[in-house]
Amino acid sequence: MPEPVDGNALAGPLSELFSADLTLATGRCLGCGDVSELARARVYPDPTGYVVRCSQCDDVLMVIVEEPDSVCLELRGMSWLKVPR
Amino acid sequence: MITERETRDAPPHRVGLWHVGVVVSTAPQTPTGRSIVLDVPGWGGNLAGQHADVRLTAPDGYQAVRSYSIASAGETDRVELAVDRFPDGEVSPYLVDDLAVGDQVELRGPLGGWFVWTPAQTEPVQLIGGGSGIVPLMAMIRSHADSASAAPFRLLYSLRSPGDAFFRSELETPTPGLDVTWLYTRGTPAGLPRAAGRITPDDLAASAFPPSISPAVFVCGPTGFVETVANALVALGHDPHRVKTERFGGA
Repeated sequence: MPEPVDGNALAGPLSELFSADLTLATGRCLGCGDVSELARARVYPDPTGYVVRCSQCDDVLMVIVEEPDSVCLELRGMSWLKVPR
Repeated sequence: MITERETRDAPPHRVGLWHVGVVVSTAPQTPTGRSIVLDVPGWGGNLAGQHADVRLTAPDGYQAVRSYSIASAGETDRVELAVDRFPDGEVSPYLVDDLAVGDQVELRGPLGGWFVWTPAQTEPVQLIGGGSGIVPLMAMIRSHADSASAAPFRLLYSLRSPGDAFFRSELETPTPGLDVTWLYTRGTPAGLPRAAGRITPDDLAASAFPPSISPAVFVCGPTGFVETVANALVALGHDPHRVKTERFGGA
């Protein structure tokens, strides 16, 4: 498995989809209940996109799959995401 | 028709766009790294600590995107990157070895509003960089100087040997409110009391601002370096919420 980077690294890919900086959003992990900025998550880049894991319990928070004509956001591990405006 | 929402609060959505940058100058920094100044019309400036995505397109249309920290800060279309070459990388060897003045690259950004320092912050700031992890910290040091900030700054810079320093002459120029500690992992100049070695909790206890004064802490470097330092800071009593990290990963 490649070494993880921080959620900071998602700022570029997510800027294609959202006008807000989602790395500043706070999310609640469905696994352990930790509430942290997305910037603090652990991000594992892979050839198809990114796997985003909780920095506390390592559960999967989000999977981003990039395809030529779409981006799929799988939000399986967060009960909510609070986006500052 | 312009709606009320658009007139009230919708900034132009420029962050996700790709800009074309033109190389203005380059400067060797280390045996494997250099800095690159680009003119990027429409960039509009960036905060200290932000990064940019760089996109290269091969003649056959293949594209590669990588993130690089920005060494500059301020409201300008000039962007300075500093890049270390990963031997097997797809993008960094080209940026370090081949890119020439006048060449174009695409940039997206400025990106990331979390690992940033702004002159409005008045608390002490502890910067801890490993290798080319100095780059976003350099932007903070420059922003601190440019704004004549009174916030005390300290930098711990861990690097292999003296020749591997990015921005050495700038960091060696005495700057009010900035204290720099150099930590060498392999080759230490004669006369320094500290033996070469990776950063330790003792280094942090000896040279970093203590947790008692609640500094803002920014740590940037390779993944292993960042995890070692972040864990040691928390063990020393620093509030995890005040420690911000930016890992490079291994690619």
